[in-house]
Amino acid sequence: MAWLDKIKGRKKNESAENEAAATEKVITEPEAASNEEMTEDISSEAEEKRKRGWLDKIRNSLSKTRRNLTDKIEGLVKRTGDIDDDFWEELEDILIQADVGVKTTLELIKNIRSRVKKEGIKEAREVIALLRAEVEAMLAANETETVPAGKPHVILVVGVNGAGKTTSIAKMANKYKNEKQKVLLAAADTYRAAAIDQLQTWADRAGVELIKHNEGSDPGAVVFDAIAAAKARKNDILIIDTAGRLQNKTNLMKEISKVKKIIERELPENQSEVLLVLDAATGQNAISQARLFQEATGISGIILTKLDGTAKGGIVLAIADELKLPVKYVGVGETMDDLREFSSAVFAEALFGE
Amino acid sequence: MAFEGLSDRLQDILKKIRGKGKITEEDVKVAMREVRMALLEADVNFKVVKDFTNKVRERAVGKEVLQSLTPGQQIVKIVHDEMTQLMGGSESKLQMSTRPPTVIMAVGLQGAGKTTTVAKLAKNLIKSGRRPLLAACDIYRPAAIKQLQVLGEQVGVPVFSMGQGDPVNIAKGAVEYSKTNNRDVIILDTAGRLHINEELMDELLQLKAAVNPEEILLVVDAMTGQDAVNIAESFNEKLGLTGIILTKLDGDTRGGAALSVKAVTGCPIKFVGVGEKIDALETFYPDRMASRILGMGDILSLVEKAQANFDEKKAKEMQQKIRSQEFTLEDFLDQMQQVKSMGPLEDLLGMIPGMGKQLKGMKGEIDEKELLHVEAIIKSMTMAERRDPAILNGSRKKRIARGSGTRVQEVNRLLKQFEETKKMMKQLTDMTGKKGKKGMPSIKFPF
Ligand SMILES: Nc1nc2c(ncn2[C@@H]2O[C@H](COP(=O)(O)OP(=O)(O)OP(=O)(O)O)[C@@H](O)[C@H]2O)c(=O)[nH]1
Ligand SMILES: [Mg+2]
Repeated sequence: MAWLDKIKGRKKNESAENEAAATEKVITEPEAASNEEMTEDISSEAEEKRKRGWLDKIRNSLSKTRRNLTDKIEGLVKRTGDIDDDFWEELEDILIQADVGVKTTLELIKNIRSRVKKEGIKEAREVIALLRAEVEAMLAANETETVPAGKPHVILVVGVNGAGKTTSIAKMANKYKNEKQKVLLAAADTYRAAAIDQLQTWADRAGVELIKHNEGSDPGAVVFDAIAAAKARKNDILIIDTAGRLQNKTNLMKEISKVKKIIERELPENQSEVLLVLDAATGQNAISQARLFQEATGISGIILTKLDGTAKGGIVLAIADELKLPVKYVGVGETMDDLREFSSAVFAEALFGE
Repeated sequence: MAFEGLSDRLQDILKKIRGKGKITEEDVKVAMREVRMALLEADVNFKVVKDFTNKVRERAVGKEVLQSLTPGQQIVKIVHDEMTQLMGGSESKLQMSTRPPTVIMAVGLQGAGKTTTVAKLAKNLIKSGRRPLLAACDIYRPAAIKQLQVLGEQVGVPVFSMGQGDPVNIAKGAVEYSKTNNRDVIILDTAGRLHINEELMDELLQLKAAVNPEEILLVVDAMTGQDAVNIAESFNEKLGLTGIILTKLDGDTRGGAALSVKAVTGCPIKFVGVGEKIDALETFYPDRMASRILGMGDILSLVEKAQANFDEKKAKEMQQKIRSQEFTLEDFLDQMQQVKSMGPLEDLLGMIPGMGKQLKGMKGEIDEKELLHVEAIIKSMTMAERRDPAILNGSRKKRIARGSGTRVQEVNRLLKQFEETKKMMKQLTDMTGKKGKKGMPSIKFPF
């Protein structure tokens, strides 16, 4: 549970820096806002090592629920007897349980079944290995390398409410800054209460600059200003935070399309990125999210957040299958260091165990 | 709208068997296989789906069903019953302590929508005459306290906070504060946490022990997939939940998490969040929702909505006007705005039996802009013109179009719409008026 302690200590520590000011109606007891918890500082090498894969990180959790799926697969592998209908049904359940979705699950099983038959495979272990390879290939097919063309390289971050956009932006800002890039953030979520303050806190922690307007102002204007500022300040990367929006709200989707158009107009030469943030716990609705955001702004990649929970995020398989969208990063916690590069192999392994 | 997709699928499946005079066990099996797929695609947990289809199948293949005169309809009824059961029977209200203050605790994963929801809940409680206090126990997420303060300001509820202090002390402090400041309900906004984070789950347990909440409500994102059962189970085991609030139901999710969460915790869904606006929180009626999912309409909700949004006296006046043909363009504008205030027209129509499916064709929101145009056009008319549109000749129309920044065609379209509405409303009021006399409930449609 070491990383849990880490998260907790870290959060108290960090949030204490950013003392929320009391409004008139608020009763604050200053002596209670203690600084006792400010202890460990963690930016050590141990931390560096952790950045490699996320499997180590999520494996550390010994929770029963987390093990549930993996145990099932192990059970399936160890079972004796033929690869019969029961076996396939169980495998189907496992994929469904990981949110892969009925359509993609049936497709996967069909493919594997015919290969198993053709190749005369008898071992459960081999079937699972085949499935894992298939899943990996499905995801890898869409992998792309983003080569920033022109400065500033703009990353527009979109998604539904509460998916983890702002936190993911903090994580990316931190990452790029550590890679010696000059990063600028833009607070284009002018709608949600205190969204700007939230991003400001993260900008301060990451040590990057932020362009912001007042709450309630036009997000397009924020983006316009931020691009101008990024040009003037010679930033390498500009990351834009946007308000969470449900994909079926036509007006809000028009608003985000407009933001995208402003970027294209202001930086016609540059290839910008649009990252869709998806909560790993999301079910089949994620397909609708991906489809409609794709229509509104185009999507160059997905950030899959909250993989440190028990959800497997299998929905990205369906999205890879149906919409051919690659996953770029995964989020595995709430601190700035909890961002990992996506890897199809690791994902497939996390889905099925070894 | 949420549940729509599931509703369409189930209706299609059930339509196939509804009218059948003879049904075999095989028919039932096929139908249940389709129901299984529909539920899985709607994110209902796979175990819950198995239980559900098994139960329906067992009841459906019973002699009294298959050999009855209307086996198809009987099966539809069984599905409806089981669905209602799955969703939790009838509605359930918030428990209030007999010795105030009542403490309500909102818990859940990160990003589920707790902060917005507690503010909505506070607003809701004010409406029913309570004096709530919000307490900021999320000391972790950046600007979480600020967010609650801003929302508290919006709904006119004080927010108790102690910066980044210990959540347990904050909760206790809020209780103390409420006693001396005449606050009878305290709602704790807690930090989002993973159900497998033992340390943070222990913190909730300590909170519970310290302030003895009447209600511990799990806030769940309606878009959650199969993991919803793990989440709900863990929170329930640890804390003993008393209810569930489902958020983001204004999305297009099929909403299966609702069924799963209810099934594994046994806790009722007490409220649903249906928008980002601060009053977008509704009581959850399982039976009505089941009806809606199965395309049986939800006329009760519609009538209630109309009643909540329309002034009784105004409605009577309006009826009178319509009967005596005094309905003017000004009234027309007024009506349009009132209907609009009830929520998206799509949602309203979805509540009318049989309408849900017909709506498929008219996708997209009713255009806000159009309403603005209507307003501009009517406002560009003189009083005399508004009362008697018959006097509108070509030059008057031109003037109005110019004044409202529209075109003459649009003015004409509006006038036509107005005449049609007038006619339709006359018919409607005459109809409900007559039925009223026969002892039928006369629904007063004030529009
Ligand atoms: N455990 C975990 N929590 C995360 C992760 N990413 C984000 N969160 C948490 O999820 C919650 C919501 O994150 P935000 O970044 O505010 O989400 P958002 O999409 O910007 O939300 P809105 O702007 O309100 O739509 C916060 O409590 C974050 O700490 C992750 O990878 N793991
Ligand atoms: Mg945000």
